[in-house]
Amino acid sequence: MKLKTALLGAAAMAMTAPAAWAERGADGEVKLTFPQAVSILNPYLTDGTKDVLAAGFVIEPLASYDAEGNRVARLVTELPTVENGGISADLTSITWKLIPGLLWSDGTPVTAADVAFTAQYCMDPAGGCAQSAKFANIASVEAVDDLTAKVTFKGPQSNPFVAFVGGQTPILQKAQFEACLGAAAPTCTDQNSGPIGTGPFRVTGFTVNDTVQMEANPNYRDPAKPAFAKATIKGGGDAESSARAVMETGEFDYAWNTQIPPDSQAAMTAAGKGQFVVAFGTLVERIETNLTDPSPDLPEGERSTAKHPHPILTDVNVRLALSKAIDRNTLVEVGYGAGGQPTCNLVPAPAMFASDNTECLTQDLEGAKKLLEDTGWVDSDGDGIRDKDGKKLSLLYQTTVNPIRQDFQTLIKSWWNEIGVEVELKAIDPGVFFGGDAGSPDTFQKFYADVEMYANNFSGTDPEAYLAEHACDQAPSPENQWQGPNINRFCDPAYDALLKELTAATDPAKRAEIAIKLNDMLTKDSKVIIPLVHRGTLSAHSNALGGVAINAWDNEITNIADWYRVK
Amino acid sequence: MTDAPAAPAPRPRSQSRAIWDQFRTHKGALFGLIVLCLLVLFVVIGPLVWQPEKLRVAEALKVRNLGPSWRFPLGTDQLGRDMLYRMMQAGKVSLAVGFIAMMIAIVVGTTIGVLAGYFRRLDGPLMRLTDMFLALPLVPLLLVLVMLFRDRIAGYLGPEMGAFVLIVFAIGITSWMQAARIVRGEVLALREREYVLAARSIGAAPRRIIFRHILPNVISPVMVAATLGVAEAIITESVLSFLGLGFPPDFPTWGRLLNDGLQYMQLYPERMLWPGLAISLTVLAVNYIGDGLRDALDPRIRGR
Repeated sequence: MKLKTALLGAAAMAMTAPAAWAERGADGEVKLTFPQAVSILNPYLTDGTKDVLAAGFVIEPLASYDAEGNRVARLVTELPTVENGGISADLTSITWKLIPGLLWSDGTPVTAADVAFTAQYCMDPAGGCAQSAKFANIASVEAVDDLTAKVTFKGPQSNPFVAFVGGQTPILQKAQFEACLGAAAPTCTDQNSGPIGTGPFRVTGFTVNDTVQMEANPNYRDPAKPAFAKATIKGGGDAESSARAVMETGEFDYAWNTQIPPDSQAAMTAAGKGQFVVAFGTLVERIETNLTDPSPDLPEGERSTAKHPHPILTDVNVRLALSKAIDRNTLVEVGYGAGGQPTCNLVPAPAMFASDNTECLTQDLEGAKKLLEDTGWVDSDGDGIRDKDGKKLSLLYQTTVNPIRQDFQTLIKSWWNEIGVEVELKAIDPGVFFGGDAGSPDTFQKFYADVEMYANNFSGTDPEAYLAEHACDQAPSPENQWQGPNINRFCDPAYDALLKELTAATDPAKRAEIAIKLNDMLTKDSKVIIPLVHRGTLSAHSNALGGVAINAWDNEITNIADWYRVK
Repeated sequence: MTDAPAAPAPRPRSQSRAIWDQFRTHKGALFGLIVLCLLVLFVVIGPLVWQPEKLRVAEALKVRNLGPSWRFPLGTDQLGRDMLYRMMQAGKVSLAVGFIAMMIAIVVGTTIGVLAGYFRRLDGPLMRLTDMFLALPLVPLLLVLVMLFRDRIAGYLGPEMGAFVLIVFAIGITSWMQAARIVRGEVLALREREYVLAARSIGAAPRRIIFRHILPNVISPVMVAATLGVAEAIITESVLSFLGLGFPPDFPTWGRLLNDGLQYMQLYPERMLWPGLAISLTVLAVNYIGDGLRDALDPRIRGR
């Protein structure tokens, strides 16, 4: 008897021990700092990452992506697939089944009517919904019963997980937002700054462009979570000062988006109070080569168009040599530190789409010289610059005004000079460079330079649309007001044919194979695009904060419910 | 009584000698002149004396972010470049921009001021032109100028010389208005003075009156405007470089070095300190020189 009691007691102890630290609200307050302040908590009315990120604490989508880029169910019992009948065989509809008994933070039940309402809210043409692109292919969303919502598309969708998947398209409560449809959407200040949600926290106070205060949601579906009773997001400052507030003074537990120079990173980490974490998404800093002639001698309207091929960069050997001369490891070390890694790929992630292309990671100045030598680019007039058929290896290299990019320009210029290429540098105000103004000569689309450097990425986990940007007909030109995304004016019928195959393919393995081939055509084989650095978003968190799993595929913070205080 | 020889009659002093004597009594001005001379020597003679070793990129990267040492007296920057050498190169550009832009501004401003003040018919149109320039927002105007003409001028003169000419011209052409107004005011008063009237009555040509009787009397306000102009030109050049519309990014100027050092302020404060100090010293020195010159050039103060 005694033994039994003792055993029971021990068992009870074992049971309660983990439960004790996993009690809701046991860990006090978690404080976050964002360099850009939150201005609204409704992701349907904002493009700001900071706003979507903060809203993710309160309102949730049906499914989201985890840190590895896999889709996970959130408010539904399981992910719909063709096999379990959730996706119709003809790929024209997807059916979501809500978890039974799910409650809003005000205690009312979550129903399929809320899902249908959310679609209606965003698809209202008068509403100016910021996420309308994600609903563009949807014909209708209906509530089949209380727990079943059916999304019907206008045609077959190879990827039906667009709306309601990821933090940009969470479910709104119908009862709260009913009066906010269409043109009334932006006027519903109370709703937009304090949405009722299913997330681990609910809003208690919101000062626009300053602070969001939240407390644990009493109706959250996991009774043991969140571990924190309160959460506060303070906005303002800059990357440097927010990082300092976490890493040195310890005022905050988490700082979002703290891209600072590697030296400062090292100094702050040395203080021992916190650490930097990086989410590697698909952002790649690259050099784009111009395959058309940007010479100012050409008449306006013909510069940088397919009418005039580039005199030197159309030679693949020149592009290969330019790439070989670059030491990507040094670039990372100088510019990004923990926030970047060298890459040879245009599509660096997710893992299944990333080519195993590493040939460019070691610098090969001699190889670059030899390649140029062998292909006829020699310094025939002794001025230190290689030439061939009267054409000099002389490049105009432009990018935006940004201290890291200017360091990169200087380094790459010296490397290129070493292999006998003359380089002239130009830095353009980012507002102009990315402004897309067809009247300005300095936009990245117009590309009145030989090479240019910037970073770009794609959203979601599927690179099809991103790779399709390099089809022949996507080149910017005066005819389309310089708006195409094919910056290089790359045009290869084989590439376009392969793209068609990619669009037609539905098998994930086959899609990955084709995507890798397309990536290699642009990078490894031709160096039309010279990738440099795979960049992540750098954030900082205190060592006293546990459970942080930084996410590049969805909101950076998707698991706030799992965070706890390290004791 | 001593049997010392009687003091010789004082020799008549030349005007420039008198100005220099007066200038010397202004301690600040003298000090400013010495500092400015040192700065000019630093940027002109410095690169001849101090030749940093030519490092390849890989070697330079091994000596990044060093503090002061015998090898690198001012340390190295984040790419392993010798800061002392960069300070010299940058100073050459910054000082040249400051002085040449100032000269353009003064020549244009004085010409317009004198013409407006002396010839009544020109007064209205020229002063309205001045008002128009004053009303133009400076930075957007500069941006448009640079945007429109940079490529064209770079085509003739090369990117660096092109940028230099354009920036000097752009700053000069947008900062002459103060000088013009000051000079016009002075000229309006001077042309009614008796000696000008006398000159006119003996049939002196306007050109002669202006050069002989009016210009020497407006020199002191012009000098003050000029010294302030130098400082402003150096700062405007930094603004343009900061916006990416100045010199090419690998072409150092003091303003750009300051801007580059900004993000390393906490770790390597000296990287901001040196260019900042150089700019401040130049501006301060030039202002003091202007102050001393004004006193020295004014016959009413001189000799007191």
